[in-house]
Amino acid sequence: MTGLRILLGAAILGGLGAAAPFTPLWLISLVTLAMSTGLVVCGLIILWRGGLVPFGQALFFATGAYTVALSGRWFGVTDAFLLIALAVIMAVLVAFVVGFLLAQYREIFFAMLSLALSMILYGVLVKSETLGSTDGINVAQASFFGMMPRGPGYTFALFWLALGMVFAAWVGVSAYLGSVAGQLAGAIRDNEIRVEYLGISVTRLVHLKLTISAALAGAGGALAALSISHVDPQMAYWTTSGGFVFVTILAGAASVPAAFLGALLFEIVRTIAVALLPGGWQLILGSVLLLTILFVPEGLGSLMIRKRVTVSGREAA
Amino acid sequence: MQRTSPRACLARKVSAALLFAALPIAAVAQTAAPAAAPVNLGIVSFLTGPAAGPFGIPGRNSAEIMIEMLNAGKVPAPYATVGLAGAKITPKYVDEAGSTANQVTEFRNLVQRDGMNAIVGYISSGNCLAVAPVAEELKALTVFWDCGTPRIFEERPLKYVFRATPHATMDNVAAARYVLKKFPDLASFSGINQNYAWGQDSWRDFVAAMKALAPKATVDKELLPKLFAGEFGAEISALLTTNSKVVHSSFWNGDLESFIVQSSARGLPARSTMVYTAGETAMFRLGAKIPDGTIIGARGPHGVMAPDTPLNKWFRQVYEDRFATAPTYPAYHMAQSILGLKSAWEKAAAAKGGQQPAIDDVIKAFEGLEFEGPSARIRMAIGNGHQGIADIAYGSFRFNKAENKAEIVDIVRYPAECVNPPANMTSTAWLEAGMPGAKCN
Repeated sequence: MTGLRILLGAAILGGLGAAAPFTPLWLISLVTLAMSTGLVVCGLIILWRGGLVPFGQALFFATGAYTVALSGRWFGVTDAFLLIALAVIMAVLVAFVVGFLLAQYREIFFAMLSLALSMILYGVLVKSETLGSTDGINVAQASFFGMMPRGPGYTFALFWLALGMVFAAWVGVSAYLGSVAGQLAGAIRDNEIRVEYLGISVTRLVHLKLTISAALAGAGGALAALSISHVDPQMAYWTTSGGFVFVTILAGAASVPAAFLGALLFEIVRTIAVALLPGGWQLILGSVLLLTILFVPEGLGSLMIRKRVTVSGREAA
Repeated sequence: MQRTSPRACLARKVSAALLFAALPIAAVAQTAAPAAAPVNLGIVSFLTGPAAGPFGIPGRNSAEIMIEMLNAGKVPAPYATVGLAGAKITPKYVDEAGSTANQVTEFRNLVQRDGMNAIVGYISSGNCLAVAPVAEELKALTVFWDCGTPRIFEERPLKYVFRATPHATMDNVAAARYVLKKFPDLASFSGINQNYAWGQDSWRDFVAAMKALAPKATVDKELLPKLFAGEFGAEISALLTTNSKVVHSSFWNGDLESFIVQSSARGLPARSTMVYTAGETAMFRLGAKIPDGTIIGARGPHGVMAPDTPLNKWFRQVYEDRFATAPTYPAYHMAQSILGLKSAWEKAAAAKGGQQPAIDDVIKAFEGLEFEGPSARIRMAIGNGHQGIADIAYGSFRFNKAENKAEIVDIVRYPAECVNPPANMTSTAWLEAGMPGAKCN
């Protein structure tokens, strides 16, 4: 990652932030919500590159969301930054613990075990009447450095917060993917034994990847909880995890910005589909996924990367 | 990270930025449409998924026919005026299926993008709870039409949200009263309810009401199978081992129908009388498969338990003519919610000399309003005048073999004050205190 790219990214996100007051509010909250999905997908990319597809990322997403809701409800925490930090810490703790088990497995076993763990959380939440059962609980409006913006101001504040999180995730994840540990993902996918022979513990590496992806999922869950103002057990349900995998397929694992563009595209396609075909919008969503798999099997990100390789191909050679 | 030529990189970023920049422009162009005479009404209901068949579609159909008839001025008195105070209604239907995140997003879209003047929506209590704070934030007049949780107005007062449909507490209080009328010396009872908010709340309210009305009756079996389990062999075995004369259930849809069929096959109805608080939605589909004597509720005096008023007769007629099936209680819930909105709208318009009222005027008019629904008079009496109460009826199922028709007999109608908490109490507190102030005559 070059300094120029970071500057460009910051400029684009800053431009988006500056454009917010001139954008319709519904679009801003839609983008904020898409960014929360994008954060989770960012984490999925890290696992995806190592050949791991978790079908239970909603576990960490819901952990983050409920941490925000309950910190506000039980301990009166309202600061958005503190809430997000708490959510990330909780998600990391959960991932660190379940990681000892999950990191032992690969492929379908990894996918199914992670799914099972998220469904356990779902089951516990549904049975907890004090946590609102399936109806869920409201999340109090957050404060920002002691300020309590209300109405449109709150939507803007959340949007800017989301942009900041996207920037941090983008820089951080790009740096990680560029590091030795990150680059080893492809090697893990292709041949674990060779990686072990290099003197690196694959299990520990997978554990680390899982924990990083959980931190991102926790942050995404926290942002979603603040932006929806409500949490419910559906956030831990397998369809939520499936949605994240859907967006990852749409975006592809090739590029980090693609995770956010993919999430945004998914949300826009969904909302247009709902408006166009109230009784069959799922058909449109399914067709989009099918067409993506047929024509852009590596995801939207691959379109950017492919172009980049042709341009810089001579350089690389 | 791959090495990149800065120029290609810049081009990519610029194109991405342009894409982003184009979105708001397209959106502004869309919202700039003139919002003149017609009133835009967002209707949210399950159009897909398991709740669509029993609740979503009857509700949507009811909205379609009510709006069409109101626009044509064909609804009987006192609703014979066109639309809402003369303004025609333009409906926009939205599917309630999907996560609460989707619902909150679509709600914002309806208000901020599509310029809806009011929303009538939501079957799922979770969606109602999630949408309520957003409705307040956006200052959008919202009428919840079917969700049952009492928590909506009990957790905090709301200004822009109304619910003409009474909440679920009265379903279970009335069920307890009806059960004790049929079995005055009841020694014990059991319950089978789905393990999610609706089932848990229904069972808790029923037990609390029974405790208040028949302190000696004990709880035998408390079964909470998971939602949409579909197969209840173990639960039926457990119920067959009890001596409960009565088994309470708030089942609906597929679970309700499979449980009725499976429990009949195992002879449960011969030992215990079943009480289905939402049983009315299944009575025409199952017909003779429902054992005679089964106690059936309809979340209000709806469906075949509705009184024989001109408005109700008209409603049943137009609904049956259009959709070739009788309207079940979700259809009534939708109709009374739209009529409540119309009453408030026209009361506000009358105060302004017949002009179209502002939303704040409609809200003021809606608070504490009384109006006629097709099946009952509804009074917005609790929740600071935002939550409706109405009478409720319970009855016993009978299959009329001669006419091959499902019927409900021994209908008992309970006045609203008999089965609803007073304005200054939450439903849980009221039930735990033994239902003080309940007026049943």
